[in-house]
Amino acid sequence: MSNDSLSQLLNKAKHFRRDLGNKVHEDIVESIYDDAARIAKRAVDIDNKSISMGLDRAIDRVVTSRLYGFPLMMLLLTLVFWLTISGANVPSSMLATLFLDIIYPGLKSLSESLNISWWLDGLLIDGVYLAVGWVISVMLPPMAIFFPLFTLLEDLGYLPRIAFNLDNMFRKTGAHGKQALSMAMGWGCNAAGVISTRIIDSPRERLIAIITNNFSLCNGRWPTQILVATVFIGGLVPAHFAGVVSAMSVVAIAVLGILLTFLVSWALSRSILRGESSVFNMELPPYRMPHVWQTVYTSIIDRTLPVLWRAILWAVPAGALIWLTSNINIDNISFAEHVILLLDPFGFVIGLNGVILLAYILAIPANEIIVPTILMLTVLSSGIERIGLGAGVMFELDSLDVTLKVFEAGGWTLLTAVNLMLFSLIHNPCSTTIHTIYKETGSVKWTLVSTFLPLLMGFVITFLVAQVWRIIVN
Amino acid sequence: MNIDQNLLQPDKCVTCPSHNSIELMRLGVDMQDWDYVVGLAGNPNTGKSTIFNSLTGLRQHTGNWPGKTVSRMEGGYEYESTRYKVVDLPGAYSLLSTSIDEEIARNFILFGRPDVTVVVVDATRLERNLNLALQILEITDRAVLCLNLMDEANKHGIVIDERCLARDLGIPVVPTVARNQEGLPYLIQTIGDVASGKIKCNPYRSNKKIGEMSVIVKQLTEKLESIYPDLPNHRWLALRLLDGDSDIISALSEGKLQSLANSVK
Amino acid sequence: MEIGKSCRVIGINERCNGLERRRLLDLGILPGTLIKAEMQSPSGDPIAYRIRDTIIGLRKEQACLIEVIM
Repeated sequence: MSNDSLSQLLNKAKHFRRDLGNKVHEDIVESIYDDAARIAKRAVDIDNKSISMGLDRAIDRVVTSRLYGFPLMMLLLTLVFWLTISGANVPSSMLATLFLDIIYPGLKSLSESLNISWWLDGLLIDGVYLAVGWVISVMLPPMAIFFPLFTLLEDLGYLPRIAFNLDNMFRKTGAHGKQALSMAMGWGCNAAGVISTRIIDSPRERLIAIITNNFSLCNGRWPTQILVATVFIGGLVPAHFAGVVSAMSVVAIAVLGILLTFLVSWALSRSILRGESSVFNMELPPYRMPHVWQTVYTSIIDRTLPVLWRAILWAVPAGALIWLTSNINIDNISFAEHVILLLDPFGFVIGLNGVILLAYILAIPANEIIVPTILMLTVLSSGIERIGLGAGVMFELDSLDVTLKVFEAGGWTLLTAVNLMLFSLIHNPCSTTIHTIYKETGSVKWTLVSTFLPLLMGFVITFLVAQVWRIIVN
Repeated sequence: MNIDQNLLQPDKCVTCPSHNSIELMRLGVDMQDWDYVVGLAGNPNTGKSTIFNSLTGLRQHTGNWPGKTVSRMEGGYEYESTRYKVVDLPGAYSLLSTSIDEEIARNFILFGRPDVTVVVVDATRLERNLNLALQILEITDRAVLCLNLMDEANKHGIVIDERCLARDLGIPVVPTVARNQEGLPYLIQTIGDVASGKIKCNPYRSNKKIGEMSVIVKQLTEKLESIYPDLPNHRWLALRLLDGDSDIISALSEGKLQSLANSVK
Repeated sequence: MEIGKSCRVIGINERCNGLERRRLLDLGILPGTLIKAEMQSPSGDPIAYRIRDTIIGLRKEQACLIEVIM
């Protein structure tokens, strides 16, 4: 009925709009704010006239100060990791004892008494069960400490201050200040970080934030960092410094991630994503004292357990696959060893080894299983004595010394450790994140860029480090 | 949008859910097992997510930074054998500037027509928060103002006359301290009363002259009234057209708003 | 504008247009609004202002577009 009159109406509105320009919006907003102010004034009675925010501003002045702003940030991060590393040690080995010393032999003798065929027993118990047990004992304790601590910082209102402090650097790199927030979310999970870039309005800056989110170490990679740092870097110094030094080396990798975020953002905004930097305005909310126990509870339910669950889900097929590849023999050596030997030369060039590269291929779905996979493959390929266990059995490691011995038997040096930490920071995102990037950008091109750019960078950086290292050491 | 009519003809169907199931389905909200849908809106950092968690028993994480809830969260609860679906909308300062999150919130309230929209406001910063509340009241007839963070307000010596506020806004006002679960039973009861039509809202709508535009606004409003007599709040629509709101313009040309009005009949 | 000082908004410069302008308006930066500079980030930019009881960080290039009287 009204198509004509409708288009007539729309035209009319368009016509008026041209005449009035900015004025319309301004007047509308002003009128609403006027109403709001009037209604609020009638209803509110303030005792002491101006709301005193003295404490908040005093904290803010320290947190954002030229002198203390950045050191405080580093200190808080180090504290979080130090608590995580030193707190996770004992429960981790207790869990390992439970899963590997107590339950594992029980399962073995049960399957023996039930006369289950060797390959089914191997696939299910030596492959799947051990992979799951490993993932739980390696991941649960640090994640149960790290996430609540991080969540407490978040609930307190500290994250917007980080964004406020870092904005200038993001501005200089041509990115958006709110990228600091998506970066911080990425420290939890890159897929969540990618989704949180929705707070950035400009498509260009949002793409930069999405592509660089991978440089935020995610929860799947923290355990790798923490374990390798504890075993190798912490081992370099006297025992009572070990915790702090390993924590600091993890912070160093995290900071390197931040620097790479700046660098890549800068490079992108000067090449394929050139453009104006858009506006930055962000609320710095009042500090709120979080309910500690509630926060601990929710962060464990919301973050730790889902992350663990995802890791377990992927550990099941990965465990089976590892067992299969190490038990299917071609020319008398297992399939896994073939691949490792194939990858070894390339691994050597970039200061890693075939085991680590194979582990990264197997762990594309979930970075969480990197460490268990590496350990298991190392045990397999270095031929460490495995008492009564078949090939492809995830090794039992309830003390860090044993872990170190396994690594050393696999021909690891400090360079391998450092480069593993670097490669864990700089490689392709996990498949969940890749999928999320595709969903958020709707573009194959940008998904491919986000996937292969960091991988390429990882190869280049580890290669350079390895060459320089070898020149210096020799 | 049909509420006015319902109120005029109470025998017709006051207790019928007023939400737009088809549109809700399109927005991704399945209403099959629910009687009413409750939208939860508010500025960032007002404790909206805490209210959501308390209502639904879910444990959505509540971070203290703006833009934390970038997408919708859904949950539900049952009260006096009526089932309420709660949709937590992204925090927004305004519904006018159409960033993604504000668009999600606005379109949900406008096209999904929740049975009740709870506007969560920070009692310590009422003026700023009312800015959003007033904009929401322009597009919905059933709303509850949840005055959250009352403990902070008391600490700062802020006293709020809830009755005066409720009278001025034309909707029920419920003070809460969501972190300590204070005021939530009353909030749930009030949501129920508004949803069932027991409490009738008469939301505040500005009719002030806006700058020099009043003649133009009047012209457009009358025109809209003559083309779409069923639509509520023609003046608001006229202002949106003048402001060049592309969502509203395309909704009009696609006949989306008309179908909203027609579904009443 | 010095930290700790207050001023009153006269308007937003015409150079500031479109979405950028809307955002500032939506934050309540309107003629007559009182603005107080509360603190600056370590590098001096952005600066956080108190606008209608909310602390909001703004980059200098935007803050420059807001016309004020002391």
